[in-house]
Amino acid sequence: MTRAAVPESRTAKTQARRRGILAIAAHAGGLVAAEWRRASWPARASAICLLLFYLMAAASPVIAPYDPARQYRRLPDCPPMRLHLVLPGRGAPGLFCFHPMRMADPLARRMVEERTRWERLRFFYRGHLFSTASGAAPFFVLGSDALGRDLFSRIVYGARVSMCVGLIAIAVSFSLGITAGSIAGYAGGVTDNLIMRWAEVEMSLPSFYFLLALAALMPAGASTVRTFVTIVLIMSFISWAGLARVIRGMAAAARGLAYVEAARALGASAPRVVARHVVPSLLAYALVAATLAVPGFILGESALSLLGLGVQEPAASWGNLLAQAQDVQNLGRYPWILAPGVFIFLAIMSFNFLGDYLRDRLDPAQHGR
Amino acid sequence: MGRFVVYRLLNMVPLILGITLLSFLVMSLAPGDYLSSLKLNPAISPAVVHQMEAEFGLNQPLIVRYLKWLWAVMHLDLGVSLAYRVSVTKLIAARALNTVILALASMVFSWVLAIPLGIAAAARQNTVWDRLLSFFAFLGMSVPSFFLAFLLVYLALRTGWFPVGGSFSVFYSSLSPGMKIVDRFDHLVLPVVVLGTAGLASLMRLMRSQILELKNSDFARTAHAKGLSPRAVLYKHVLRNALNPFITLAGYGLADLLGGAALIEAVMNLQGLGLLLLDAVRSFDVYLVMGSVLMGTVLLLVGNLIADVALVLVDPRVSFWSERAR
Repeated sequence: MTRAAVPESRTAKTQARRRGILAIAAHAGGLVAAEWRRASWPARASAICLLLFYLMAAASPVIAPYDPARQYRRLPDCPPMRLHLVLPGRGAPGLFCFHPMRMADPLARRMVEERTRWERLRFFYRGHLFSTASGAAPFFVLGSDALGRDLFSRIVYGARVSMCVGLIAIAVSFSLGITAGSIAGYAGGVTDNLIMRWAEVEMSLPSFYFLLALAALMPAGASTVRTFVTIVLIMSFISWAGLARVIRGMAAAARGLAYVEAARALGASAPRVVARHVVPSLLAYALVAATLAVPGFILGESALSLLGLGVQEPAASWGNLLAQAQDVQNLGRYPWILAPGVFIFLAIMSFNFLGDYLRDRLDPAQHGR
Repeated sequence: MGRFVVYRLLNMVPLILGITLLSFLVMSLAPGDYLSSLKLNPAISPAVVHQMEAEFGLNQPLIVRYLKWLWAVMHLDLGVSLAYRVSVTKLIAARALNTVILALASMVFSWVLAIPLGIAAAARQNTVWDRLLSFFAFLGMSVPSFFLAFLLVYLALRTGWFPVGGSFSVFYSSLSPGMKIVDRFDHLVLPVVVLGTAGLASLMRLMRSQILELKNSDFARTAHAKGLSPRAVLYKHVLRNALNPFITLAGYGLADLLGGAALIEAVMNLQGLGLLLLDAVRSFDVYLVMGSVLMGTVLLLVGNLIADVALVLVDPRVSFWSERAR
């Protein structure tokens, strides 16, 4: 091979790699399609639901009709508005219309529809999926909160915190758990003892009590991002131990397997054996466990934010949106403030269904447990 | 058995030391302390704050404070709450009882319903009833406890069937002793349902799968072959074995319930350990936080110990020492 040929072969390599990536993508697409065809309907519904929620988080500014911090001072605690489908020629300005709301009784915060007026709901308007003209009365799909902010927009933006907390926390706690567990299981001896005793300490923590105590770490005026990171770290720190224990058992069992022994006999170092041979054999279990562990993180964040120790106003998370419902009077008079709870519920149920389905698919031995 | 219990109790000592040290570190890492709000208050002179600092020992280094606290704890003295100015032991004793009652009651609730429902689902496997119960189990496992609490409080508001929040009525002190118990019980219904639902759902699923697994086992087939009625096989042979994992779960479940109870107490405004801790955390009431965390840890560890002992007593195949290797 001449020196001049090197760049050429490099480009050939990159091209091959590119083709490889395309092929892998196509293959993955085919796998997903095949998986979709054989999935049960709860699993499909859960997948769609989660995709929608993550889309909500990714495209919040488009999906939310209004700025989540914008306060419509004249419309506090406004109930969800009804959308009417009005045929042309019935005196309404468009096909999708609603009656704007007006405060009839400022003391009781009673809202009434102005039946004589119509406002038009516009779709794909000014970069929003749906919204109203800037001067017009707002359309509250799920009502508004005590400051007159659109609850639906806040829920859409809240999805960013609530849906991401699970994924990030799982990534952190599972990296910790898998690393610690596989090292302990494969190394055995003193290392094993040290890691597992530490894990035991963490498993014996009354986790919610400890979570509360740890939440005090956050300074009062911390930014949303900082609070978010702290919560994620706290929860990951508390929860890696359980996984580490299971992984340790599996890694200890894997040590005796023929292919691990073969790798060792070929002269592979301990870290290489763990990384290339032990950990991959545990991934199926880890994937199932991860899916089933996400709800716990989502719940933890919501609970903390609900109690006022997590994400703070004016930033929105599904937990702190529910905080208003803690006041019994609010709950009785404005029941629509429970809407964020429905979203939490759907997200958790989807993860549970999906985890159950994955377990049946990847880990048939555990079926029915 | 005595040796095992002693061994486990001794094992708890380093655990508790580790957890308390960790909590102490956390509390000291937190920005601000109980006095920082007082320092900002212009009505309180710096001299008074200094005096309080010395009085509570907040000016000493962390490790000294921890050791002093530990020494006091060994004499069953958890220190004095900074905010309430009462001994922490007293505060916690009053609240812990409520939490334990709530946790035990919801455990009874979930067990009493889960076992018969699980049996019913297994006996009618793959029928509409089974599917329906499975569906409700999934709903029950997925609904966040605080959301369920809000829903039930809303229901109570609308119907007036149950009191909304609180551990007792406003006029509690004027009630006769008998009515006091009734009043307490009345206020306990909603929290118990909220706290017990998740357990109910998962225990029901477990019961169902246990029975289905054991139904096809050798001993069940032998019992059938001997001519026992299906009923007798189910209740005398299958059920007894199916109950085994429940014993273990009892202890660990209690631990989960104690944690869950803390959240429900805070949301539904019940006078328990959880609400106490929440208030303490909010006001940097160091000794109260430490006391509550310690109390929660001890309850959890004792629950686990009881579970392990109970399992050995029930199942002769399990020995005390094999439990360690688990």
